[in-house]
Amino acid sequence: MSSTTADILLLALGSFGILIALTVLGEVLRARQPVHEPNPMLDTYMTRVQSWWGMVAFIGIALLMGKPGIMTLFAFASFAALREFLTLTTKAQADHLSLALAFFVVLPLQYVFVGLGWTGLFTVFIPVYAFLLLPMISALRGDPKRFLVRVAETQWALMIAVFCVSHVPALMSIDIDGYGDRSVLMIAFLVMVVQFGDLLEYFFGRRIGRTKIAPGLSPKTWEGLVMGVLSAMIIGATLNWITPFGVIGAALMAGTASFVGMLGSIVLAAIKRDRGVKDWSHLIPGQGGFVDQLDSVIFAAPIFYQLTVYFYT
Amino acid sequence: MKFLRKFAARIVGQSIRIFARAITAVRADWQGIEPLPRQRVYFANHTSNADMPMIWSVLPPAMRRTVRPVAAADYWLKNKLRAFVGPEVFNCVLVDRRPEVNDKPMDKILAALDEGSSLIIFPEGNRNMTEDPLLPFKAGLYNMGVARPDVDLVPTWVANLTEIMPKGEVIPLPLICTVTFGAPLHVQEGESKDAFLKRASDALLALRPEVRG
Repeated sequence: MSSTTADILLLALGSFGILIALTVLGEVLRARQPVHEPNPMLDTYMTRVQSWWGMVAFIGIALLMGKPGIMTLFAFASFAALREFLTLTTKAQADHLSLALAFFVVLPLQYVFVGLGWTGLFTVFIPVYAFLLLPMISALRGDPKRFLVRVAETQWALMIAVFCVSHVPALMSIDIDGYGDRSVLMIAFLVMVVQFGDLLEYFFGRRIGRTKIAPGLSPKTWEGLVMGVLSAMIIGATLNWITPFGVIGAALMAGTASFVGMLGSIVLAAIKRDRGVKDWSHLIPGQGGFVDQLDSVIFAAPIFYQLTVYFYT
Repeated sequence: MKFLRKFAARIVGQSIRIFARAITAVRADWQGIEPLPRQRVYFANHTSNADMPMIWSVLPPAMRRTVRPVAAADYWLKNKLRAFVGPEVFNCVLVDRRPEVNDKPMDKILAALDEGSSLIIFPEGNRNMTEDPLLPFKAGLYNMGVARPDVDLVPTWVANLTEIMPKGEVIPLPLICTVTFGAPLHVQEGESKDAFLKRASDALLALRPEVRG
């Protein structure tokens, strides 16, 4: 067994240990809860823990399968996220072909470029080629009604669901001296610090949260956010052995990813509020859609990727 | 041979269902009824040829076996493939829309109800190609309600299919499709045809999910 595989298994076992602890905690709280008093906070907590079980299992298996596993997992996640996003955007029949191209050409090509490690191409393919060429195809059909809104919303859907999400597997293609095939572990690092930061942000927000960050949009508070980011930094520092960042570097990278992710989650909440929906879809029972599930990771991934490339290569 | 055709019909039916799920993640929203195998007439909005397969796909197996979509004979008998899929996969009640034909559609529909089948019908009569959410309903739904008063008339809204497969396009877009079932209606004592059709149309429109765009 290579040391990378051993580390993945160790992380998976660690995550399972934490999940077992969280599940037991929830069940104990539930057992102490009087049957007739509903406790929505506990229910939310338990559905979150359940979806994390699934997430840890899927990502763990994908990491062990290496590049093909990770590529397939995130390409599928992108497809599901793009479907949810474009279901809610403004579109006309004139956009039919450009939307079909977004799903069946742009999305697969982006993942092919990421898989081949063509860094120069996959970082510009969507913002340059897709953003400039797709509106041309829509324009050729000659329907000017709400054209800018249609084009802009389609571009945002591609940005969020394909460009941002594809930066998670793109972490594998970063070539860092002396780090070798271990770059796959950066995916585990990013997902873990962002998710644990979110969990602790939620916990502290409930406990000591006073000042709402965006009243009317999200229940997130500054107190919760600060505690969540600090927790992410501590977790990041503890996990520094799987990264090329060193202790302080790992803490700073984790804190930045967590902070960007939390604010990104408020952005997604604003879009949902504008469209009058509670969740992006109903694909994951009791949990909403893929965009709800990926949430903070979507915004954290490209920033984390760019910072890693800038400071560590 | 008959057995083979039946088997093929099952395979094709399952494939259509899996394809619909994979592309549109189609989902049933049981707002006004429970998914129980009662005799019902599902009346739905009609914007695309994919409407009927979508409703058919979200019904649980026991309900799917007893449901018969009412469909136009001229469409489903056009070629051999359609003549297999329409009557054998979906078990359609085929009705002839031409006025000069003696074969009255309502007789076939009532016969299907009398043998215990549930039905899927599109009371607008034709696919809606206009900007309006619904066309005025034809009298068929009212006549069924009067002739067989015990059968539940269930409003069924199919969302998003206009975007998934607009008329004249070849590639379906993978957007999320939701089929919403509302509370059942019955024709009331002394209710006029127009009053009932208006009530049915309003009940169907009320199921339309509100997405601000």
